[in-house]
Amino acid sequence: MIALAILIAVPGFGSNQSSLNPVGPMAQRIEHTLALIFFITGAVYLLTMIAVGISVWRNRLVRDDFPPPLQTPPEQDRKAVTAVAGAMGVSVLLLFIMMVASFITSHAIGKENGRAPFEVDVYGHQWWWEVQYPQPEADKMVVTANEIHIPIGSLVRIHGTSTDVIHSFWAPNIHGKRDLLPGYENDFVIQADQPGRWRGQCAEFCGPQHAHMSFLMIAEPMDKFHSWMEAQAGTPPPPSTPQTQHGQQVFLSHACIMCHTIRGTVAGSRVGPDLTHVGSRDTIASGTLPNDPSHLAKWVLNAQQIKPGVRMPPNPMPQQELNDLVAYLESLR
Amino acid sequence: MKPLSGCILAVVLLTAGCKREQRLFDPGPNASQLASSVHATVVQAGGQPYQPASTTPYEQSAYAVAEGKRLYSAYNCAGCHGVGGGGAIGPALSDSVWIYGSSPDQIYATIVQGRGNGMPAFGGKVPDFQVRELAAYVRSLSGQLPSTIAPSRSDVMPVAKAEQARKQEHPGDENIQPIQHPESH
Repeated sequence: MIALAILIAVPGFGSNQSSLNPVGPMAQRIEHTLALIFFITGAVYLLTMIAVGISVWRNRLVRDDFPPPLQTPPEQDRKAVTAVAGAMGVSVLLLFIMMVASFITSHAIGKENGRAPFEVDVYGHQWWWEVQYPQPEADKMVVTANEIHIPIGSLVRIHGTSTDVIHSFWAPNIHGKRDLLPGYENDFVIQADQPGRWRGQCAEFCGPQHAHMSFLMIAEPMDKFHSWMEAQAGTPPPPSTPQTQHGQQVFLSHACIMCHTIRGTVAGSRVGPDLTHVGSRDTIASGTLPNDPSHLAKWVLNAQQIKPGVRMPPNPMPQQELNDLVAYLESLR
Repeated sequence: MKPLSGCILAVVLLTAGCKREQRLFDPGPNASQLASSVHATVVQAGGQPYQPASTTPYEQSAYAVAEGKRLYSAYNCAGCHGVGGGGAIGPALSDSVWIYGSSPDQIYATIVQGRGNGMPAFGGKVPDFQVRELAAYVRSLSGQLPSTIAPSRSDVMPVAKAEQARKQEHPGDENIQPIQHPESH
């Protein structure tokens, strides 16, 4: 009862980042196993505490039999042996049930691996997520960052690896944790059945900004997903206003060009996130800040004050240049 | 009080080496400016010849040198100079031959203003502090930095000896021919 109360009181019980609010078959199975283990261990805990309480109460010190006798009567010994052996048998049985349940869950989740119509490559970086949608035609390839759009009701294979240290991909509403390892590709299949924005987080300590390494799984109906893909595969139109034109010049003549790609321009470096459609994203800096002009300006000016240790260096520049640059970046939709 | 003073001594000794691990994430507005200014010439007014600095604060921080190593591949220095500085279409950085000088300032100038025969100028593209970090790393490639500072491992499969384990190459090994003065017989 207490445990249940604690569980319900936990913030984020039904939120968009909670394994207790599953929105896909994999997460559902994981949640069932979690519930099974929780209720078994919770019941065992309660029964044990009650037994301890009863025995403490029964054997409380009474003045006239102090000190207690060292020898226990043999029939009490026998009872104790039976009780301990019985409890041990029950423990083994319960542990066995939990083990089999977790085997069944793992098997059921892994069974789907063979068939998935959609494939997404996810690369963990310190401290952001690179997301690629491989396509048969190279020019239709979609590259984005920190946002994974998936169609609802369809299996999606995630092809995960890391470019530096070990990260762990964890969108608790959709699936369990999967490590992304440098030099090794980890494949797993996910599915979301409810449209929504499900938040994920790196679940393996990967450096000073590990806590600021989150992503959004954006599950949407098939037609919306396809129109998003279409838009992302295209090249943004060239800047049309004088301000965004100047912003593009600032981008191409500053340090930005050393790390970022904007398709359709000469910027083609693959060190930082692809910014071709950065204006269409919800957040910047891997879910750290909302994507709006004032936050983007602060981020460009000195990312080290927001996310110390991040790979992006401070970029001191005059206010005018900064405003134009931000206007240009926000226009990339 | 013996154990206490022993503990204090141990802590002092253990933390003595921590300075090299100090991480300066935000180097301040000056060092963050895009690198552009360099000594245009080594000829200076006055009697003293130009003395390049033999070391920089960046060469005393293992973090800065490790950052230089990361930037060396991020900015594709390795594309020409080879992973580990072995050289390819660009000259090797791990030997004793320094075409444009071996001091941190001279390497800084080489990166910022470029050099003839193919080295592009990165001035106006890279923040000043990152050029300093790169210069420090370039020097570690030929064993110019102490082994406590130079990087000890690579994130990729190592193709060359760790920077830390390299033998120090001396620019003096170049065996420069003395200038021949035409003399009358």
